[in-house]
Amino acid sequence: MIQVEGLTRRYGQTLAVASVSFHVGSGELIALVGDSGSGKTTTLKMINRLVEPSAGRVLVEGRDAAAVEPHALRRSIGYVFQGIGLFPHLTVAENVAVPLRLLGWARDRIRSRLDELFLLVELDAALASRFPAALSGGEQQRVGVARALAAAPRVMLLDEPFGALDPLTRDRLQRSFDELRRRLALTAVFVTHDVAEALILGDRIGVMRAGRLVQLGTPAELARSPADDAVARLMDTPRRHAQRVADRLEGRS
Amino acid sequence: MNEQLALLPELLSAHVRLTLGALLAGVLLAVPAGVLVSRVRRLEAPVLGAAGVIQTIPALALLAVMVPLLSGLGLPGIGTLPAFLGLVLYSLLPILRNTVTGLHGIDAAVLEAAHGVGMTSRQRLVQVELPLALPVVVAGIRTAAVWTVGMATLSTPVGAPSLGNYIFGGLQTRNSAAILTGCIAAAVLALVLDGLTRVLGNAVAARRRGPLLAAATALLALAAWAWGTSLAAARHAPAARPIVVGAKTFTEQYVLAEILAQAVRAATGREVTTLASLGSTVAFDALVRNEIDLYVDYTGTLWATVMARRGPVASRSEVAEEVRRWLADQAGVTLAASLGFENAYCFAVRRETAEALGLRSLVDLSRHAKRLSLASDYEFFGREEWRAVEAAYGLAFREKRTMDPSLLYQAIAARQVDVITAYSSDGRIDALGLVVLTDEKRAIPPYDAVVLASPRLAREAPEVLAAVRTLDGAIDVAGMRALNRLVDEQGQSPAAAAAQFLARPHPPEPKVP
Repeated sequence: MIQVEGLTRRYGQTLAVASVSFHVGSGELIALVGDSGSGKTTTLKMINRLVEPSAGRVLVEGRDAAAVEPHALRRSIGYVFQGIGLFPHLTVAENVAVPLRLLGWARDRIRSRLDELFLLVELDAALASRFPAALSGGEQQRVGVARALAAAPRVMLLDEPFGALDPLTRDRLQRSFDELRRRLALTAVFVTHDVAEALILGDRIGVMRAGRLVQLGTPAELARSPADDAVARLMDTPRRHAQRVADRLEGRS
Repeated sequence: MNEQLALLPELLSAHVRLTLGALLAGVLLAVPAGVLVSRVRRLEAPVLGAAGVIQTIPALALLAVMVPLLSGLGLPGIGTLPAFLGLVLYSLLPILRNTVTGLHGIDAAVLEAAHGVGMTSRQRLVQVELPLALPVVVAGIRTAAVWTVGMATLSTPVGAPSLGNYIFGGLQTRNSAAILTGCIAAAVLALVLDGLTRVLGNAVAARRRGPLLAAATALLALAAWAWGTSLAAARHAPAARPIVVGAKTFTEQYVLAEILAQAVRAATGREVTTLASLGSTVAFDALVRNEIDLYVDYTGTLWATVMARRGPVASRSEVAEEVRRWLADQAGVTLAASLGFENAYCFAVRRETAEALGLRSLVDLSRHAKRLSLASDYEFFGREEWRAVEAAYGLAFREKRTMDPSLLYQAIAARQVDVITAYSSDGRIDALGLVVLTDEKRAIPPYDAVVLASPRLAREAPEVLAAVRTLDGAIDVAGMRALNRLVDEQGQSPAAAAAQFLARPHPPEPKVP
């Protein structure tokens, strides 16, 4: 579904992404984890050409991304990011409808699609005529997800979409997104620096460091045979956290 | 006051045309330029810098510069064009700067989202960036609107009618009703345009149709009225272009322009308009280019300033003859009539000063000049006459000041200055009991008031020339002083004073030129 081959990005002398290759199967979600500066976001943005690769290529649904007009490519791929980026001068409904208007959908068709989308992302229909500034952070990101899903893309790119939300909201959104993407069989690349999130949501996890993809595998594979000590420690972090949390809650330390 | 209000539709509509036209052009130029600059960052410094430099030029100077600039390009140097261009240039900076600021101020996340959903560059601009920058752009347009309304009052001296006619004319003729009418009308217009722009901007930003329609309708109605007035005037006008009588910036000129206009109108039935408050050489240049048809100048001014003659001055009749010949040969201008009086530059002091220092002549004055202050009009210190007087008498004053001619008499009466350059036909010399010092070395040329006619008028309208010739020798210096006093002291309008003059039988026997 998404084929990434030798993807490289240089900024002057700096190598931000160094020859990264992976394949995302149909309906699969790959979570890219790594520190800030590891190249995970740059890799993601080269898939929908928000960043142009210095070398390598991307195939999306079999087509070479470089052969498609960038804006046409992006219209076929859902994109959700931490900044959300709702258009403040448009209502919630108009924000969600932007991709549909760009595709030239008729007004009636847009209206019925909006109803579906609000149900899909569990958004109160009463918010439709509000402006984004009147919404909570969680509601705003639900709108962001609805906008990304509007044109029913089969491919989604997500860049720390829940990073700025409070823990309860994040948990709720993670769960509803997990349910949603399985139901719609979305093919997705999901960037996060939170290993727990990657473990919860990812079918496979790619660990990035200094522009390289160090290891790619299912959570179980990564836990069983980590490529190096750092990957081992990284995979172990959520368990250690959980252990300490459990200890403290039971008054053992 | 009613007389002032009668002029309001004409002047206000001209002012609105200038202002709205310049604002519209300013928006059409500055908004795209702002978009370009925000896209191509290396253009930002030079473009904003250039607009900033234009802004630092004083408004009046910017308009004044347009006159020689346009003339040099072979375009009409006086009238609406120089005023319009000056106003457009002046309106650019606030709109440009705010467009750039507004576009740069957009949240990076919003732009990333616009990219992410697959907008083209153009869709991003139209659907996201411009709507979000709009409030800031509108604030820039409001600033430009207020500036432009104010600056348009300065377009009177370059020959574009505006509310400035009230202010310039009123200042010269000490008519406070005129000044107030001009000020209030300009202030109200500025407030109205500012308010309408604000309502329009807010309505677009908040997408409220009611206020949007109301403000847009009001603006369109204002524009329709302003342009409709001018179209209606053009339709009613006879096919031939009206005869335009020019006037420089002082009372006597306003009165004489009215006398010429009324006399020609009465004798020929032709449409005549006046174009008041032109700069001295602006008037002559405009006449040579047929942009005005008639105006009154003074032989000494032509001799020294236009013909650039130096050295000792010949007699009054010799100068007049020389000027007539030079104008015909060199400029194609006809000296149509000599009105019969002189309005010379002369040096005047208070009677008490003259008595205390024993001043009768400029030679006497030169002995005491070091302790005295001199005030003159805008032109004199730049003119050949001043250099001639300075050289002939070795005049060196303690202080030299420049002020509006209408304020000179007030300044000397209030003892703020000791000596002024007066105009010999001014009614206030007698009224204030000033002593005029004699010019025994004849450094200052004679200043016979003469009516000049444009090359085209002389060619195409001999009947107008004939009407003007009936005024030859019609006004003596006492008569002119009396007319000036009617306006300056008794608050009559130049038109009323002119009508009064023409109603009296004046020496009708035309001297054959």
